[in-house]
Order: sequence, then C-alpha cells, then structure tokens
Amino acid sequence: MPDLGKYAEAVLSAWGISIFLVLALVGLSWRQSVVARRQLEAAEARAAKRGKSDDA
Amino acid sequence: MTKMERTKQSRDAWNWLWEWANPVKFMHLTGKALPWVVGLTLVTLIPGLIWGFFFTPEADKFGSSVKIIYVHVPSAMMAINAWAMMLVASLIWLVRRHHVGALAAKAAAPVGVVFTVIALLTGAIWGQPMWGTWWAWDPRLTSFLILFLFYLGYMALWAAIDDPDTAADLTSVLAIVGSVFAVLSRYAVNFWNQGLHQGASLSLDAEENVADVYWQPLVLTLVGIVALFVALVFIRTRTQLRRRRLHALELRERMADA
Repeated sequence: MPDLGKYAEAVLSAWGISIFLVLALVGLSWRQSVVARRQLEAAEARAAKRGKSDDA
Repeated sequence: MTKMERTKQSRDAWNWLWEWANPVKFMHLTGKALPWVVGLTLVTLIPGLIWGFFFTPEADKFGSSVKIIYVHVPSAMMAINAWAMMLVASLIWLVRRHHVGALAAKAAAPVGVVFTVIALLTGAIWGQPMWGTWWAWDPRLTSFLILFLFYLGYMALWAAIDDPDTAADLTSVLAIVGSVFAVLSRYAVNFWNQGLHQGASLSLDAEENVADVYWQPLVLTLVGIVALFVALVFIRTRTQLRRRRLHALELRERMADA
C-alpha cells in the first residue's frame, strides 16, 4: 500500500465510493439482463406451445 | 460513373451502420461483440487503476491526492460523453424512428448518472483538502450539477409516461436540451475563464496536459472506462429489447385469453 500521508482518507474514500458504485451498476445491469432473458424465454416457450395446440 | 451511381454507392457504404438499428441484428451483433468489449475493459481498466494507485508518485501541488484523478477524470469525461451518445441515439429515434436508438439512449442514462455521481462526489472529496471547500458555484461544477439533474429528469420522464413511443419522443427532446449543459461542463472553464476548477487534464493542446507520469495510466484508465460504458450499454440495451419483445408477447397472450 503506498504511503498516502495526510490525504489517505480522501484518496481511499474517493476510490472506495467509485469502485462500489461501478460494481453496483455492473451487478444490477447483469441481474436485470438475466431476469429479462429468463422471462422472455418463458414467454416464447408459452407462445410456441400455444401455436402448436392451435395447429392441432 | 454517373452522379446518381456515385450517390447510391456512397449511401450503400453506410448501410452496414444501419444494420445495428434492426433489433434482431443488434442482438446478434452485440452478442458477438460483448465478450471482446468486456475483455478490453478488463485488460485496460484494471491495469490502469492499479498503475495509477500503486505506481504513480506524489504531485508537488496535490501530494498523494493526485491519485483521485484516476477515478474523477474518467468518470467526469464519461458522464459528458454518455449524454453525447444519448443525444445521437435520440436523434436517430426522432429522425429514423428506429426503436433501438431510443432504447439505447434509455439504457445509457443510468450508466451516465452513476458516472456523474462519481465525478461529483470524488470532486467534492478532492476539493475539500485542495480548495478548503466541498463545493463552489464554479461554472464547471454548476454545469455538471445541472447535467446530473437532467439525467434524473430524463430517467423520471421515461418512467412517468406509459406509451413508449411518446416517452421516447419527449426524452429525445430533453436529450437535445440537456446537451447544452454537457457542452458547458466541458468548456465552461474556457467560456468564463473563472472559478476554482482547473482547466483540462487531457487536451489536444499538449501544454495544458498533466505530466506524462500521470498521463499514461490516465489514458489507459480512460480507454477502460469507455470500454466499460460500451459493455454496459450493450447489456442494458439488450435487456430493453428483450423487455419490449416480452411486453408484445404478453399482450398477445392476454388478447388470446380474452
């Protein structure tokens, strides 16, 4: 760890906040992506099933 | 070659760009590109941040607080450029009515607002030991705060309007208006030539740049943060497109059941 001297608190808090917010954004974006994909796959499966039963 | 043939050839040369406006092709192209963009993010952003934090010396004027530059400047730059991207995407919607444009702008807004918050917070944290104050009504800082409010307003407007096409129209107009503050955030220092905030850390005018020992890891971090932005916009736009398709399927289900 570099010696940050009297600015240690400022530097570490700035970096800590930045990394936290970026990771939160990445995590949230990824989770929303996974949920949307699963919901769409389920809806498309239902639509395909309905299409087959309509044809029968 | 006749003039008409030359015009057609020129127009055809840009057709590849409009492929991205087709939702199916957009999903296909971004699906292929995403691993590469994520890889680029990892090999630039992480080494850049490690280099900046661990391997740069203290600065004469700033001491070790100069290390805040590696989170503050890239975030501020990205906050402004995210709005520029939203402006272009919104214009594509307004002129060509391509839904991918509107949804890409919608997807980019939360990314831009996070970068704006990081820039404001890290700026305040840096300002306190340097200027003796957390905040000043300086032209650049004030423009940045207004840009942050525009981001919030943009996201709120999308959420407030039920009809997605109407929401896209109104938010596109807001993107155009907000661009004024995106420009001011970058150039206010030049326009007013006053205030606490220093001039550009990165500029085409080499005399104005930070010293090389800080500049090199900063450029690496900047490349990384741009790659991160692109990756997040791809992921979030794909989510928006999936939600739009899901909504259409659910409507069809309800109509079939009725």
